[in-house]
Formats: sequence, structure tokens, C-alpha cells
Amino acid sequence: MSLFTDARWGEALTHLSDYLGNHVRVSVTALALGLIVSLPLAIAARNRPLFRSVLLGIASVVQTVPGLALLALFYPLLLALAQVTLAWFGFTFSAFGFLPAVLALALYSMLPVLRNTITGLNGVDAALLEAAKGVGMTPRQSLFTVELPLALPVIMAGIRTSAVWVIGTATLSTPIGQTSLGNYIFAGLQTQNWVFVLFGCLAAAVLALAVDQLLALIENGLRHRSRIRASLGGLGIAALIAATLVPNMARTSSSYIVGAKTFTEQYVLSALIAERLRAAGFSASSREGLGSNVIFDALASNDVDVYVDYSGTLWVNQFHQSDTPPREQLLAELKATLEKQNITLFGELGFENAYALVMPKKRAEALGIHSIADLAAHAPTLSIAGDYEFFSRPEWAALKSAYGLAFRTQRTMQPDFMYAAVASGEVDVIAGYTSDGLIAKYDLAVLDDPRHAIPPYDAIVLLAPKRAPDAGLQAALKPLLGRINIEAMRAANLRASGNDAAASPDAVARWLWDKTETH
Amino acid sequence: MSTPIIAYSHVAKTFAGRGLSRVVAVDDVSLEVGKGEFLAIVGGSGSGKTTLLRLANRLIEADRGSITIEGEDVRTVDPVSLRRRIGYVFQSGALFPHISVAGNVGITPKLLGWPAAEIAGRVSELLELVRLDGDHHDRLPDELSGGQRQRVGVARALAARPQIVLMDEPFGALDPLTRDALRDDFRALHDRLALTTVLITHDMAEALLLADRIAVMHAGTLLALGTPAELSQSGDAYVSQLLRTPRREAERLNALLPRDGAA
Repeated sequence: MSLFTDARWGEALTHLSDYLGNHVRVSVTALALGLIVSLPLAIAARNRPLFRSVLLGIASVVQTVPGLALLALFYPLLLALAQVTLAWFGFTFSAFGFLPAVLALALYSMLPVLRNTITGLNGVDAALLEAAKGVGMTPRQSLFTVELPLALPVIMAGIRTSAVWVIGTATLSTPIGQTSLGNYIFAGLQTQNWVFVLFGCLAAAVLALAVDQLLALIENGLRHRSRIRASLGGLGIAALIAATLVPNMARTSSSYIVGAKTFTEQYVLSALIAERLRAAGFSASSREGLGSNVIFDALASNDVDVYVDYSGTLWVNQFHQSDTPPREQLLAELKATLEKQNITLFGELGFENAYALVMPKKRAEALGIHSIADLAAHAPTLSIAGDYEFFSRPEWAALKSAYGLAFRTQRTMQPDFMYAAVASGEVDVIAGYTSDGLIAKYDLAVLDDPRHAIPPYDAIVLLAPKRAPDAGLQAALKPLLGRINIEAMRAANLRASGNDAAASPDAVARWLWDKTETH
Repeated sequence: MSTPIIAYSHVAKTFAGRGLSRVVAVDDVSLEVGKGEFLAIVGGSGSGKTTLLRLANRLIEADRGSITIEGEDVRTVDPVSLRRRIGYVFQSGALFPHISVAGNVGITPKLLGWPAAEIAGRVSELLELVRLDGDHHDRLPDELSGGQRQRVGVARALAARPQIVLMDEPFGALDPLTRDALRDDFRALHDRLALTTVLITHDMAEALLLADRIAVMHAGTLLALGTPAELSQSGDAYVSQLLRTPRREAERLNALLPRDGAA
């Protein structure tokens, strides 16, 4: 199938109005907010050297923070703020999605506007400033009739730079819950759907170019005193915003929101849940690519209605427990802990996605290794690889102390490459994930953990506080519980990592449902 | 002399120089300009002549002494309304490059809130007065020659019917023919409109040809003040030196260009 006739282009297109609309709204709001703050600040700072250096310094520092980190930082910040306003003023707001994205992007947009406005205003010929004073202008009249018009080309250049930055960076607001064109990119990267990645990048680039050209038209109109050109540009921007509002208003707001983290399995499971809800006659939409901490907080504050998490992840990351009780006990304790936050642990799907030490089946058999205890004896001659966080996680410390593991070398790798590396013998052992489809593909063996050093990672369905009494939702999801075994999930994950139309999360979710029904 | 319209009394102004030092720009200057008078202030660069001019409409504030305009101490007057009733012609025009000729000329009336129709009429009248034809009306300053720009600058200064016009080396950057034509035109306007004009120039010949009286500034002080005839009687070495150049040039030119049938 050629790249251009790929069915996934069509699938990408069905999301366009939603993703593009959200992208335009968040970018334009952020840009407008950035301008409202930056322009007066720049005007006030232009003749105050100290204020000016402090302002530009702060804006530059903000600019050096990677976009993703800036967006991610705003989420906990607003969450804390929402709690403060709740405690002090009795109201709260959603710290999820739109608001943190707008604030972070607005902050991000400020530097070019500040710098160009100050440079533009300071670049106005001193003789003209004196002439403005000499003909009898007040400082304000001088600013508006002489200084700002003369500085306009430089200011507009700054605004255009900042618009392009904001539109580009807005793709990173997906992990904090703001739907954007980044949804294509994040989903595509995780499920190796390069059509989606390409589509997302192209759409963002076209949008950035279009807005840039509309701003250029406005600038051109203002500079040549052409009302027609300026209003055409303004109309273009207004039309863009209006066009993105229409489909949004047409949609019902009563739908369930299903969350998904940033990896393949999560995309598949959220698609499955959404499909089950739709099959039961509800409307449901997915909020995908959310950060691991963001998604839990979003559920706790009712911004997401349902998602799948893993018992061990919550136990270790969310509740900072260092002990590892047996599976049943951990689940029971977790359920009780979650209930205190009014979150319902609805039940287990039937498989675990745990960390596990994995090596080629043939190699393990040759060495007589079945469990991690067997591995310990060979470890000093072997090498191990893990993902970016594994070696700093408590599981690794627990494994080392439980089995006295000491490897010859340890390396950090991108998860997608880890499996191929161990299959080809580049490393001897990897810390993989039990539900990963590549385990079957490369004929790898998952080593037993007889001392239970690694906590159980049961896939569990969590419901938001406001959905606790929702019988309809629970009835629709009930059939999922206990239905998906590890083999089925592995097979589904393997399918989803393929590079064709059948690998889309929706298609794989349907396949998974059909497959598990015949069991 | 008639009652003074502009009066400087023991005015001094210093500026911050390098480090902590102060540069004395104007040092204890007292000077009166009568109604309808054309005064030229002559001096080299750094003599303080431009500072003296700017003090009059409070583009710069004096450190010491007092300045009165039409009898009022300028410090008691709102500087913005003061500037709106004093015409000011800047060096090389200083027209607003993004505003049309008509817009530039009409700017002070507009700031004063005149009705649009009255401004339009005044602009046409002024462009005629400075001898620019109507098709320059909607042009931008960049499309004009240097002489035309300075004519617009003069028109702009006269727009709100000021009694007083301050001119900061207005003819300096023009070619000799244009300069000559513009000088004559302005002197004629001065007489016709009964203006009081203070002109800054470094060119003694220009001052002699245009002005009723001439003030000579040097190193911030007023060296001499008087009509051309009075100045020629001055015993001051610097003043004599300033007068020597135009005089010698005139003699030489007369010798080089004998005119047939001269009286």
C-alpha cells in the first residue's frame, strides 16, 4: 500500500476538526493573553533600564525551559492553586487541559513580543520624538501617533515569531490534557503510526504558516494605512477562530472522557473502553497521551472519568510505599487508599504489565535459568539494560537486595530498542514489561520472581469520584473485568505496534474484544 | 523696542557630562525679543544656541533664571499647551515619515481639537503659503525633496496660527538655490503674518541677511547683541572674526562678478 493511499490518512482526517479546533483555541487564547501582558510591560519598560533588563532576563529564562517541562510544571502549580482557592474562597477550577496550557504558552510567547516592542520603540529616531513633543503632543499622544506606528514593523515581527512558536509548542500540551494537533504526534510516536505523526506535523506547520501570513497581511495593512488589507487579515483570524468553535458547540458535553497514558497499551485500552461505552449507548471521547501523574490527578478532580492504571505504579509512584505485600493484599490496601480520595477501584482487567527480567528463551534454557534466583549466579558475567527510569526505581533496589544481583554492566535504552538488543545478543538481560508484544515476537522468556521483589502490576480500571454512583457506566464496563489475559494483551500490543491501518488503537481494540469473546 | 514677547533673565543650564562632571550649555544669559522682531542667534557648535532655543518652549527645563513668553513665566504654564501655541521648525524638517504631508501640517490643529473641515482648509491655505501645490497633499515625506520637506516643516510650525516661531537651523541642509528661495519666502511670511521669530544658525551671512537683530553665543554666554550695524561696531574679537568672513566673501564676489551698468 503506498503512503498516499494509506487508510490511516482518512482516519487522521476524522479527528482533524476536533484536534485543529482545540489547537487553534488554545494557541490564539495564549497568544492574546501573552500580548495583553507583554505589550504594556514592554511600553512601561522601554525607558527604565533596570526594569527592562529584569523583564527580558525573566522572559529569556522562561524561554530556556523546554516547552514540555514548562507545560508540565503548570499543572501541579494550578492544582495546588485550585486547592487554595477552594479552601479560602470556596470555589475551585480545573487545573487540567486548557488553563495550564494557555498559561504556559502565554508565558512562552512573551520574549519575542517584549524584545521586539522594546527594540522597536527604542529605535524610533530621537529627532522625531523631539518633534512630537515640539508640535505639542502629550507623552501618550506621542506613543500612539508616532512611536507605536513607527515601531510597528518590528513589533509585528515579534508577534509573528511568537505566534509560530506558540502554535508549534501547543502540540506539547497533549500530555497535560489539552487536546491539540499534538494528539496525532504523541499517538503516532507511541503506536508507530508514522502517518499520524506526519499528519500532525503537517497540520501544525500549515496552521502556523496560515496565521503568520494573516498577521503579515494585518501588518501590511497597518503600515500602508490600508483598511482593506488590515481588515482582511483580521477577518481571516476571526474566521479561523469561528470555524474552530462551530464543531465544538455542536458536540454534546455530557460524554464520558476516557484517559490514556503515553504508551501503546494505554491507547488500545482507552479505545476499548470508549467503544464499550458507545456500544452501551453512551457518548465517549478519549483524552490520550496524558502524563502518568497528570492522569491520576485529572481523575481525582473529575476531569477524566475512567482510565486504566497499574496497581504497582500507584503503590510506588502515587502513594510512595516501599514494601511489597502479596498481590491480593496490595490490591485490597490500594482500594482502601483510593476510596479515601473517593476514587473507585472498579476491578482488574486480568493481566499484569509489570517490570520483568527478560532474556532470549534459548539462552535461558542453555544456561539453565528459569527464575531470577537462577540468574543471580550468572549475573556477574552478564549485562543488563533497562528503560530511562528503571535503575532508579525501588523495584531495582528490591531485586538487587532480594537476589544479590550484580551485573557486569548496566545500560539505559529506549524501550522500543531494548527487545531487539536482547534478541540480537547485544545485551544479555533486559528489564522489560510483561505485557509487551515484543516478548512473543522475539521469543523471549520472562524470568520468575519467586521472592516477589517486584510488586504486582495488575491492570485496574479506576473511576472518577463523580462516577462512583454511575450504574450505567459500571454495567457497560463490567464485561471487561477479568477478560483480558496476558497473552491476549501481548498479542494486541504487538498488533498495535505494526505500521499499517490494522494497527490503529481502534482497530486493535475491536480485535481484542472479538478475540477475548471467543475464549 | 516694543514690549518683549520672549524674555530670558539670567538663564543657566548645565548637562551631565562624562563621569560626574557637568557641561555648562547656557551660562547666565539675559535676552529680550520684541513683538514682530526677527532675531537670529549665531554661534558655533557647542555654543549653547540650540539649548537656548529649546528652553523657550520647555523642550528643556532651565536650572536657573526665568523665561517669560508673552509676559508669563514658562514654568507656570502647561508645557504641552505652551508648545501648541509656539511654532517650531526642526533641523531638516523632522516630519513624521508615516503621516502624509497634509497630516503633518495639520497635526497641531488636530491636537488642539479643531474640526476636520477647518483643519483641511487651513492645510490647503498653508501649503499655498509655503508655495507647495495641492498634489503634494497626500504624499508621504519620503517622496519630497529636501526643500519641499522644509517648506512642509514651516507650514506645520505655522498651522495653529502661532505668534512666535522658533527655528533650529532650518536651512542648513539645503542646496544654495533652495536655501536662498526659502529664506526669502520665510522672511516675507514673517513680515506678512507679523510673527516673532527666533532663528538659530551657525551661518553669520544668513543671520545678517535675514534678521533684525543678531545675538552671538560663545561657550554658553551671550557675547554680543544688536543690529548688523551695531555688531560691526563691536570691539569683541570673536564677533569681528564672525563678521569678517561674509564681508570678505562679499568683496571678493563683487570683484569676481562685475555687474554691467551697476550704480
